[in-house]
Amino acid sequence: MSDPTVRGVDLLHDEAAAALSARTRWRWPEFAFWAAAAASFFLLPDQYLLLNEAAIIGLFALSLDLVLGYAGIISLGHAAFFGAGAYTAGILAKAGYGDPLLGLAAAAVVAGGLGFITSFLVLRGSDLTRLMVTLSVSLVLYELANRLVWLTGGADGLQGMVVAPLLGWLEFDIFGRVAYGYSLAVLFVLFLVARRVMGAPFGLSVRAVKGNALRAAAIGVPVNARLVAIYSFAACYAGVAGGLLAETTQFVSLDVIAFHRSADVMLTLVLGGVGYLYGGLIGALVFKLAQGWLSDLTPEYWQFWIGLVFVLLVVAGRERVFAWPLRLFGRGRR
Amino acid sequence: MLTILFDGVAYGMILFVLAVGLAVTLGVMNVINLAHGAFAMAGGYIGVVLVNRLGVPFLAALPLAALGTAAIGVVLERTLYRRVYRQSHLDQVLFTIGLVFMASAGVSWALGAQQVFITLPEFLRGRFVVAGVSMGAYRLLVIAICAVLALGLQGMLTRTRFGSRLRAAVDDPVVARGMGINVSAIFTATFALGSGLAGLGGALGAEILGLDPNFPLKFMVYFLIVVTVGGGASISGPFAAALLLGVADVAGKYYLPSIGAFVIYSVMLVVLILRPQGLFAPRSAR
Repeated sequence: MSDPTVRGVDLLHDEAAAALSARTRWRWPEFAFWAAAAASFFLLPDQYLLLNEAAIIGLFALSLDLVLGYAGIISLGHAAFFGAGAYTAGILAKAGYGDPLLGLAAAAVVAGGLGFITSFLVLRGSDLTRLMVTLSVSLVLYELANRLVWLTGGADGLQGMVVAPLLGWLEFDIFGRVAYGYSLAVLFVLFLVARRVMGAPFGLSVRAVKGNALRAAAIGVPVNARLVAIYSFAACYAGVAGGLLAETTQFVSLDVIAFHRSADVMLTLVLGGVGYLYGGLIGALVFKLAQGWLSDLTPEYWQFWIGLVFVLLVVAGRERVFAWPLRLFGRGRR
Repeated sequence: MLTILFDGVAYGMILFVLAVGLAVTLGVMNVINLAHGAFAMAGGYIGVVLVNRLGVPFLAALPLAALGTAAIGVVLERTLYRRVYRQSHLDQVLFTIGLVFMASAGVSWALGAQQVFITLPEFLRGRFVVAGVSMGAYRLLVIAICAVLALGLQGMLTRTRFGSRLRAAVDDPVVARGMGINVSAIFTATFALGSGLAGLGGALGAEILGLDPNFPLKFMVYFLIVVTVGGGASISGPFAAALLLGVADVAGKYYLPSIGAFVIYSVMLVVLILRPQGLFAPRSAR
């Protein structure tokens, strides 16, 4: 009785749905990655400090991936949100509200709010304009943090943070055991959320905007609303990463919002590959290890080698270099 | 008051010479070159080594610094930059930041991380007072050189064959190539000229701006401001923007030391939002 053309459309619809959900299926390399991350907590007790930092930078780079890899916005000022989060958590802890999770929530809200406000500035303009706008937002915030000495401690950094035990009973220890477990858990939860969001129709429409904003608008994607949403969402993530750094190191300095942090996180992300969520995490690990190894080898000059890696990477062509992890994690283009 | 204006103008002139090469690569060739400051730093250090270590007279060291930097520019353009012209802006950002990191680390390895100064000859150290304005001889020389350069550039762009070829290559590279203009040679020459000017600016400005291995990153923002605010399509746009920035920066640091930098970044943000194509660019620039 049913109309064959309608059934055909249904079939197409099912096929499309199946293809889209196949993209979001978990694959074995992903399980392996998180199993290795969990194992590192039990097997590498003397690397906690390094791993903690890698997890935080990884979360930060994941946030940049949402902006850069998914929405295609080149940001040279992502540290603005990282710094906003770090200072929020730090100032709260100094004022006596030292509960870590409360600090993270506040960091997410403040950074996200800042992201929402500034997102309207990156809606228009070319890559260069966006780059300059993001850069100048972070510079303005840097100057603010530098000048508001009564609030941020200025160039001396924010001293006197008292971070309460995690969940009321897990005291932060000097070996970074609780810190790393905490950061890793937060990273994992936020990663799951990001993976879900970017696999959902929302994430697909963001990718469509990156691919071609005009065509995306033509098929009914509200381009500006999507960009505002993804930018604010990513800013929340960066804020949480900043909050984590503040809480686990119990110190905040201007370093969290400086330009080199924005540049480093971009390099970190690119080192791991852009646009498949794991790039930031892998890049952070590689970056931290390389930094440790190179600065042992040639203290002070390790930046030279990092720079060389990027020049070579670009000259050789990033697409070719990153073909294999993209395939492995199942988000390669077809 | 007038002294501040004078210093500001000198500062702005230096910024112009430093940034005008970037206006070409960025505004005209549409290549995001964050490593422009590295060329300026190269020129500055060439000047320092020539004057302080080899005893070359200051005035002779300036053209040598420009030539040396232009040579570096040609080599890099031919071997590396050429490859990224057609790549995405993200790749250009990464590539040039990579170059900056290498240049900074390389310089601090070779010459040390501390700030360096060029030893000025005796006749440039004095100050004299004209009509109540105290002027440093060195800054006067800077203004003179930069003004001549600006006029020369403007003349070259509008009056010479090279200038009209460059404008043609910029307006439409495909058609220009069809007309028998060697576009890639023009771009190489322009790139060399731009980096040579940056090198000259670096050597000339080392005394005013301060020179250390972090120079490229520290002044990257200023160069970008000059180009984005001035617009890349002409000489006069970046020139006006550089003067404005120079005077505003010097005056800001003098009168409002606590919020000087803050004001400059905020103003730039406002300009970018209201006129993304630049304050002085004609509406139909591209």
